[in-house]
Amino acid sequence: MARLSINDIIRDVDVEPDTPLLWVIREQVGLTGTKYGCGIAQCGACTVHIDGVATRSCAIPVSSVTEQQKIVTIEGLSPDLTHPVQKAWLELDVPQCGYCQSGQIMAATALLSANPRPTEQQIRDEMTNICRCGTYNRIKAAIELASNTMAG
Amino acid sequence: MNTITVSRRGFLASGAAAAAGLTLGFHVPFAGDASAQSVTPEVNAWVVIKPDDTVVVRVARVEMGQGTLTGLAQLVAEELECDWDKVTWEYPTPGENVRRGRVWQNFGTAGSQGIRQSNEYVRKGGAAARMMLIKAAANEWKVPVGECTVAKGVITHAGTGRSTSYGKVAAAASSLTPPAADSITLKDPKTWTIAGRPLKRLDTAEKLNGRQVYSIDMKLPGMLNAALKVCPVFGGKIKSFDVTQIERMPGFKKAVRLGDTGVAVIADTWWRAKTALDALPIEWDEGPNANVQQADILAAQQEGLTAREAILGSKNGDVPAALGSARRTVEAVYAVPHQHHVTMEPMNATALWTAEKCEVWTATQNAEAALATAAEVSGLPIDKNEVYRLHLGGGFGRRSSSHDFVRYAVLIAKEMPGTPIKTIWSREEDMTHGWYHPATQCRLVAGFDDQDNLSALHMRISGQSILATLNPDRLQNGRDAATFQGLNPQGPESQLGYTVPNLLIEHAMRNPHVPAGFWRGVNNNQNAIYLECFLDELAHSSKQDPLEFRRKLMANHPKHRAVLDAVAEKVGWGTPAPAGVYRGIAQQMGFGSYVAACAEVSVSDAGILKIHRIVAATDCGHAVNPQQIAAQVEGSFVYGLTAALYGEITVANGRVEQENFDTYQMLRMDEMFDVETIIMPSGGFWGGVGEPTIFVAAPAVLNAIFAATGIRVRQVPLSKTSLKKA
Ligand code: FES
Ligand code: FES
Repeated sequence: MARLSINDIIRDVDVEPDTPLLWVIREQVGLTGTKYGCGIAQCGACTVHIDGVATRSCAIPVSSVTEQQKIVTIEGLSPDLTHPVQKAWLELDVPQCGYCQSGQIMAATALLSANPRPTEQQIRDEMTNICRCGTYNRIKAAIELASNTMAG
Repeated sequence: MNTITVSRRGFLASGAAAAAGLTLGFHVPFAGDASAQSVTPEVNAWVVIKPDDTVVVRVARVEMGQGTLTGLAQLVAEELECDWDKVTWEYPTPGENVRRGRVWQNFGTAGSQGIRQSNEYVRKGGAAARMMLIKAAANEWKVPVGECTVAKGVITHAGTGRSTSYGKVAAAASSLTPPAADSITLKDPKTWTIAGRPLKRLDTAEKLNGRQVYSIDMKLPGMLNAALKVCPVFGGKIKSFDVTQIERMPGFKKAVRLGDTGVAVIADTWWRAKTALDALPIEWDEGPNANVQQADILAAQQEGLTAREAILGSKNGDVPAALGSARRTVEAVYAVPHQHHVTMEPMNATALWTAEKCEVWTATQNAEAALATAAEVSGLPIDKNEVYRLHLGGGFGRRSSSHDFVRYAVLIAKEMPGTPIKTIWSREEDMTHGWYHPATQCRLVAGFDDQDNLSALHMRISGQSILATLNPDRLQNGRDAATFQGLNPQGPESQLGYTVPNLLIEHAMRNPHVPAGFWRGVNNNQNAIYLECFLDELAHSSKQDPLEFRRKLMANHPKHRAVLDAVAEKVGWGTPAPAGVYRGIAQQMGFGSYVAACAEVSVSDAGILKIHRIVAATDCGHAVNPQQIAAQVEGSFVYGLTAALYGEITVANGRVEQENFDTYQMLRMDEMFDVETIIMPSGGFWGGVGEPTIFVAAPAVLNAIFAATGIRVRQVPLSKTSLKKA
């Protein structure tokens, strides 16, 4: 059994303690916006926020997360697409297949809350998620756009 | 049970299923708009218009990121003259296509063919619907059709000042006789207002909030999950497994044998299925391939480079004679290894089997082939099978080369009749059981005459044939025509862009046990590396400018030359590059399109490569959505250069050594470069977009590396060569 706070809802899940958080989110909780890409913390498709920090959920056991820690998944970011990062993604038509994009958006939003005005080099260094479709330039431009609109 | 029936008059879902959002029928496959499963009659196979004027375009090809969904909808909407802001989409199923005599024709989405092969009939579908809608209005008003006009889905009769909308006349239009094919005139692309414009994609919003349902996200009431392992050695078999060791593990339901090749564990969740599978003791019969090493594969290729016998690709003139009389010759051997598709979404499929029906939900590039596979494995007649398409987390040819994911999912589902089971491949299983980009080498010999003109070129390709793995029936007298992509003397598909007086192109087929498949760009990729890098060598060997050297051979190939000239002009070829930056150029034609690229790179003393900027040009005949073409061009550089920089699948003891991204590296944002795209559609033909740019990515960069360092990289991936200053 584990008790988790996901998108501001407390969830009790019946699961082995060593189950990766990713699979608890996808299977027990049923939120499938968070994706499986590698299972070894390499690709970032499974990125969620834990207390605001971008975290690769495939590589942490559910037992290491406490009820006090706030987990936010892509579904909890802004379902109606009003987050400036989502708006920038929409504006620049960033996704191709889109499979990596939940993770990219969660990484980008965490980056911008820690550093609202990142330099181009900081974006390159921080955004380490894989996009097999190769949307990197649009992701970078969208982060810059979101950063500008957030600075307002 | 909730089911969906698809009728001549439209897609009918049971109201309960739609309302509850349950998906034993499905709302999911019509992810563009859940309400798309309407009872509104269709105007024709391509167009449904609802009373509120929403236009539902049926899309037969599949969206996997390449934007074909939006492009095809633009083409239909263009001829339909509807309001683009009201356009949505849905996929018909392959079962319905069978029942309706293939009214949607080909579902296959590979070979960059989505738009170029179907543009004419989908545009005619849009035009026919428009004619029927106007006719319905004219009938109602009792005025001649010719006096009615339409704009943005509003039909007007100027004489009487009346107007109506498509949504209001759609029902009447649906009962009219469709116009005769020869009465349909398509618009001149010069007058397009919806097609040809950089419109936003139709499928973006749901990719930004987690709502987009990919195949791997499929959920059905009572669904179980399966993880599988197939013999790690290709061609090996399963001997036995000891289920008693895992029976008591949490969630465990069943372990099942997959024919003679593997085993799957079914559990309540996938993670529990995988955990139990990992704990399952399995004995394999690895067979003779277990002795095959990477060196054996390479040795067979090397032997083929100079073997006496080879399959003829094409020839003109007399190469042996011309080489014999050449004033000087240049020779080189290039090599390209196996590569994996690595779709971001691993292979998966959900299947539900009963003695009466087999249903599959999956991400496929060819739903008709998926249906055929389902029928073959289910043991039920084709009309008792159905495949529902879900969004693909990448395809790249993997999801068209083989439908092994459907085969295994149905095999597994058959073990528990009436229970839907989702089978997901772990990344490791996916990477070690692929259909790999074929590995080949190429020996090139060139001869120069007394005036130092290129007089002869001999290309001997040695290595794997894709068709020999996937479709041996399509070999012609043992010849795989696809091996010569980009090198063909003529044809609209993949024509060589140079004229050489004496030319001989051959293939010594050497097939290892590693299965080959269609990998985005296919054989054009390595053929462009071989030829475009070697031409660069030849230019340097004769102290000529690589651009000018090529141009002299291209007098008969103006379209190839035009894209090359376009990148040269934009990059400023012939003018100095920024300090420390060097340029390389390449061109190739394939999948009906002409592409060229110029890369600007620098290499540090320590041998660190930096790609600064790439200028690329595409002539695809007609450009349906320029911003999506630009996206494909950018993505193609990432895909092509990931392979060129890092991509290598190797074999030890008959099995693939790379299992995940830690040993199979991807290009990431820190290495990303600027891409400037020139879209220069010259009209008169339709070329593909999803793949062609990949061909020129590697040779442009490798040629720039030579310009920067003097090091000629003849083996991909680049990570095998040190660029350190001596
Ligand atoms: S799935 Fe977690 S990093 Fe790849
Ligand atoms: S959009 Fe397809 S992997 Fe990133």
